[in-house]
Amino acid sequence: MGSNSSESGATFALPEGFQDFTRDWSADKQTFQVPWGKAMMWIFLLSDTFIFACFLTSYMNVRMSTRVPWPNPSEVFALSFGGDPIPLILIAIMTFILITSSGTMALAVNYGYRQDRAKTAALMFITAAFGATFVGMQAFEWVKLIVEEGVRPWGNPMGAAQFGSSFFMITGFHGAHVSIGVIYLSVVALKVLKGDYEASGNYEIVEITGLYWHFVDLVWVFIFAFFYLW
Amino acid sequence: MIAHAETTPPARHPLVSFILRWVLTTNHKEIGTLYLCLSFTLFLIAGAMAMIFRAELAQPGLQFITADFYNQMLTLHGLIMVFGAVMPAFVGLANWMIPMMIGAPDMALPRLNNFSFWILPFAFFLLLSSLFMEGGAPNFGWTLYAPLSTTYGPPSTDFLIFGIHLMGISSILGAINIIVTIFNLRAPGMTLMKMPLFVWTWLVTAFLLIMAMPVLAGVVTMMLTDRHFGTSFFEASGGGDPLIFQHVFWFFGHPEVYIMILPGFGIASQIIPTFARKPLFGYASMVYATVAIAGLSFVVWGHHMFATGMPLAAELFFMYATMLIAVPTGVKVFNWVATMWRGSMTFETPMLFAIGFVVMFTIGGFSGLMLAITPADFQYHDTFFVVAHLHYVLYPGAIFATMGAVYYWLPKWTGNMYDERLGKIHFWSAVIGLNLTFFPMHFVGLAGMPRRIVDYALPYAGLNLFTTLGAWMLGLTQLLFLYIVIKTIRGGEKATDQVWESAEGLEWTVPSPAPHHTFDTPPRVE
Ligand SMILES: [Cu+2]
Repeated sequence: MGSNSSESGATFALPEGFQDFTRDWSADKQTFQVPWGKAMMWIFLLSDTFIFACFLTSYMNVRMSTRVPWPNPSEVFALSFGGDPIPLILIAIMTFILITSSGTMALAVNYGYRQDRAKTAALMFITAAFGATFVGMQAFEWVKLIVEEGVRPWGNPMGAAQFGSSFFMITGFHGAHVSIGVIYLSVVALKVLKGDYEASGNYEIVEITGLYWHFVDLVWVFIFAFFYLW
Repeated sequence: MIAHAETTPPARHPLVSFILRWVLTTNHKEIGTLYLCLSFTLFLIAGAMAMIFRAELAQPGLQFITADFYNQMLTLHGLIMVFGAVMPAFVGLANWMIPMMIGAPDMALPRLNNFSFWILPFAFFLLLSSLFMEGGAPNFGWTLYAPLSTTYGPPSTDFLIFGIHLMGISSILGAINIIVTIFNLRAPGMTLMKMPLFVWTWLVTAFLLIMAMPVLAGVVTMMLTDRHFGTSFFEASGGGDPLIFQHVFWFFGHPEVYIMILPGFGIASQIIPTFARKPLFGYASMVYATVAIAGLSFVVWGHHMFATGMPLAAELFFMYATMLIAVPTGVKVFNWVATMWRGSMTFETPMLFAIGFVVMFTIGGFSGLMLAITPADFQYHDTFFVVAHLHYVLYPGAIFATMGAVYYWLPKWTGNMYDERLGKIHFWSAVIGLNLTFFPMHFVGLAGMPRRIVDYALPYAGLNLFTTLGAWMLGLTQLLFLYIVIKTIRGGEKATDQVWESAEGLEWTVPSPAPHHTFDTPPRVE
């Protein structure tokens, strides 16, 4: 028994502490009070975690076992605006954009639960636009690496051949996730705008979309740390 | 249903409506039937492949097939048995039984359910079509080791890769469906710790699928990019490391073993109490043991790689972690035995299969412990001893358990009792065939006969002949099973709703045969 619920005398209290956790698990019917859609998304994200973990560990393995020097990320990913090249500037902007999009997504979820259709849809479109910008900049980076610096999946002039293998594989897979997320966001935003969820008054789908989007962001943080900062 | 068909305007050809009914069905019972039919078909195909290469191995030297075709048969036998026979069979049983056992009207996501089934025939069509391609089917063993599968793989390897992707999608969607069903659709009063063990083991299995299948998808994707996009993840000449393949593959592979065994544990835990007429001994410890086995399964993959030159610390870790799994598994075996102890037992066919499972699985468990000892493994590695071990674990663990489950629940599904006499004949010939096939492998393995090779030295000849005879017997026996099932579907002694005298659980409260829809209003569990 949580002490809070007995003080307030409420019949329903959010799970708290280990005792409430076990009570929830041994409860009548539902576990965690999670609706189907949200449960599905969480379970899917668990599986997605493992696929990214598979790629990132393989990347770490090739990077540690390589005999040839690994290209220096600060130089490879530098960009110059007329003057000296600034290391990692493009990646920094991309990361900033993606993190910001997580913020707008969180706002959209908030407005969704207040059933403010216009603001929810607007914020979701902004999130999708940020996502599209991110993918656009990633495409720019790919073009720059392929055309100007001669990076290929099978080799590059700067050092270890697996740099290209891992880079295109991991950022490509992540970019595909962002692109799918942009489509997903746009579809849900359109449906919100059209009022498809008015009848049920249930805007949970916004939060489910948000779960996916935050996950894609979180994965980027790992890619950023392991690929660009290492 | 008939009334409904009459109101639909266009009169369809009966064959068309028959096909459409099965293609479009969202009913958990029908989808369960589809899974079981597909699984049994693939079981016969993969079994026939085993009979082909066993015929070749009856004598030393090359008699019937080429070495390359032998390799193709070996590869497809492994892949189809694992992904085509065992896994869909368990998903089929889950579809049939989980909603009925927890008092749910259907699976939580019926359309997803339909989708995850109908991917599978196409996945196996891709895989089997590789047999007819130029260069032949994949021929590098079901473990797909790089660089055999990357640099040296035949062109059809790409079909294998996409087939695996499809199977993975199907498994993950199926697992999501099962978890959501169990978490959200239990009848009032059905708390988690009251769930039948088959449901518990499937819940844990579904989580294993969610975590393991993406890793397999990831590693075959890297294979694909190595083959076609010039990457060199596993290509030593490009600076990659073939050992990563083994690490990632076995990180999937070991949990996969438990995906194929845990539902079998659940089935034994359903059948044994019924025929021992006693409640299951140590229900809670069974649940905890299942979870413990699942957790440990993610930290033992290195035991497949002792011979690859791992650091000593890693070898010790994987050795001890692997041996640790024997503890929860031992708890389970102990509980089954304790359930039977002083029970008033009868030996109907399901019970025979369950006891056969416990006894022979334990033999496989012990040879597993022998293999876990690192210094001993250097001797056993890549010999027929490993083949004996894995078949003693999987044949009783997965196939016997599934067949026991079919005999156990078939009266509920069809409304008819199966032929008990034929069932017993099937069981005993399967047991004799199984031991004749796999027991001699222990000896030839310890004597040093390498696995996966089409030819062998003369001293191994006698025991290999036994193995081949056993394999053919074991294979042909399964046709009897098919006959028994068809005979039961077509008629027979009517089954009561209770079917088995002291069976417990919600599935026995519904009529036999189970109607199209069960539990429209949730039952109350006390
Ligand atoms: Cu293993």
